[in-house]
Amino acid sequence: MNLEEYKGVFVFAQQVDNTINSIAFELIGKGKDLADDLGTEVTAVLVGSGVKSLADELAEYGADRVIVVDDPELKEYRTEPYAHALACVINEFKPEIFLVGATAIGRDLGPRVSARIHTGLTADCTQLDIGDFPLNPVPGKEQKHNQLLMTRPAFGGNTIATIACPDFRPQMATVRPGVMQKREKKAGVKANVVEFNPGFTPNQNYVEILEVVKAVSDTVDIMDAKILVSGGRGMGSSENFKMLEELAEVLGGTVSCSRAVVDAGWKPKDLQVGQTGKTVRPNVYFAVGISGAIQHLAGMEESDIIIAINKDDTAPIFDVADYGLVGDLNKIVPALTEKLRAEMAAKN
Amino acid sequence: MKVVVCIKQVPDTKGGVKFNPDGTLDRAAMMTIMNPDDKAGLEAALRLKDQYGAEVTVLTMGLPKAEDVLREAIAMGADKGVLVTDRVLGGADTWATSQTLAGALRNMDYDLIITGRQAIDGDTAQVGPQISEHLNIPVISYAQNLKIDGDSVIVERQYDDRYHVLKAKMPCLITALAELNEPRYMTPGGIFDACKAEITVWGRADLKDVEDSNLGLKGSPTQIAKASDKVRKGAGEKVVLDPSEAVDYIVDKLKVRHVI
Repeated sequence: MNLEEYKGVFVFAQQVDNTINSIAFELIGKGKDLADDLGTEVTAVLVGSGVKSLADELAEYGADRVIVVDDPELKEYRTEPYAHALACVINEFKPEIFLVGATAIGRDLGPRVSARIHTGLTADCTQLDIGDFPLNPVPGKEQKHNQLLMTRPAFGGNTIATIACPDFRPQMATVRPGVMQKREKKAGVKANVVEFNPGFTPNQNYVEILEVVKAVSDTVDIMDAKILVSGGRGMGSSENFKMLEELAEVLGGTVSCSRAVVDAGWKPKDLQVGQTGKTVRPNVYFAVGISGAIQHLAGMEESDIIIAINKDDTAPIFDVADYGLVGDLNKIVPALTEKLRAEMAAKN
Repeated sequence: MKVVVCIKQVPDTKGGVKFNPDGTLDRAAMMTIMNPDDKAGLEAALRLKDQYGAEVTVLTMGLPKAEDVLREAIAMGADKGVLVTDRVLGGADTWATSQTLAGALRNMDYDLIITGRQAIDGDTAQVGPQISEHLNIPVISYAQNLKIDGDSVIVERQYDDRYHVLKAKMPCLITALAELNEPRYMTPGGIFDACKAEITVWGRADLKDVEDSNLGLKGSPTQIAKASDKVRKGAGEKVVLDPSEAVDYIVDKLKVRHVI
């Protein structure tokens, strides 16, 4: 493998039902930082059926070029044709870095692609930098420059590791949604589009889609919320979430929850914050009746302001809270809602 | 019908993590468990055994003591256990791990391979899909439901806002979510079987069609630059107040921080 042949930062622009997922813009944003450090450009790879018209949106968020792979076989996500599309793009265009969102799609697609082209893949990254590997010179070992340094939590968020892929290209990573920043949208920018179709012939690895069942949900995406009022096991029941909804409503926020709440069947999984749920970084995060298991902290500790209400003063949530209140949530929350309602009314 | 379930012995991260003085993980000091997603995969296989008389083999790669997790699986009802252990396989990343397991699987009969979605120590979710690529069989990840239909499997594949009902011809590989089912307990008879069960132990020489350059630390494309204990932001204020004082406190802080 001639590593020098591989140039440019590529990102997988995930779309579902011909709507681009927010992670695509986040990857372009981070990709631009990396490309600036390397003196190269960002290419978004858009895969689907009838998706060409979406390319401009990727350009508006900073993609210097958009490779469009458009084929009827790519209408719904399926591992094999999507893996074929990306593997062929990589073999044809030879990027030095390839980023994929750590979504339910990307975490299936990324490993299949990296195994096909024989390169390393670092999962669920929360930080990406360009630097040297090894970080410090080691006698008798070549120190390589301009490497992608991929940082990720491991062991349930107890440790963080920085990983490099010095001898294979592209350097591949899946990136945790909600962590990287999008660039500001520049309306009206037109994409530099390259169309590419490697041909799709169904084989034994193509699975058949019998049915697509969409969850009926009118809830806001908790990853976009500026204020989150999050409840845990300490809420005691599904009914008690009513008081969190009222508090959220007064503040213009959204309700989210911990894993225990999903396991108990009180709230659906799309509201779950944490290692196996979503990563959120709102302006204000209320943790109500949440003890703060390390897997939960991993999903919310980057919030600007964390306010914790819990009756157990040894709860680990207090270790990350800016403001921790030891007390009875059943008394504090309704009173807080009332007070804030009065404050807001006085303000308007 | 033959089902192979790939399982992993993992440190129980719920109890916190312990480190050696040099910063590496002190695995010996930590309790180990069968990885939860893998246990759901095993339960799914055992239900196929109950329903169709499937033969269930559990496969793991690890240190010799990983034999314990195979015996636990047998005590739950698995028929056979295969341990792949060899010094040259140590330090493997997901590429080298999936190459190792694929090499073992080439020497086994299977219609269906089940892995957990991800292990709680690494959380990568990569090894299942990578094995399927090496074996050139279809993969269905994130299975939340599974049934057999003739020579095919029908699987509910979970996504963020939907699920797909997918049909794949066997042989194929699926990765199981812990939500797939409620795993059964070991039975007294099973524990008796597990104690006398012969575990098959394989080394490097028992792996089929895998080059040395794809195994262990040397065969791992990814390399660790740095590993450290997670640095958390420090705790802020913690107060114990009556409800009405508590409310004033929070409202005051929201004002100070310009939230309201």
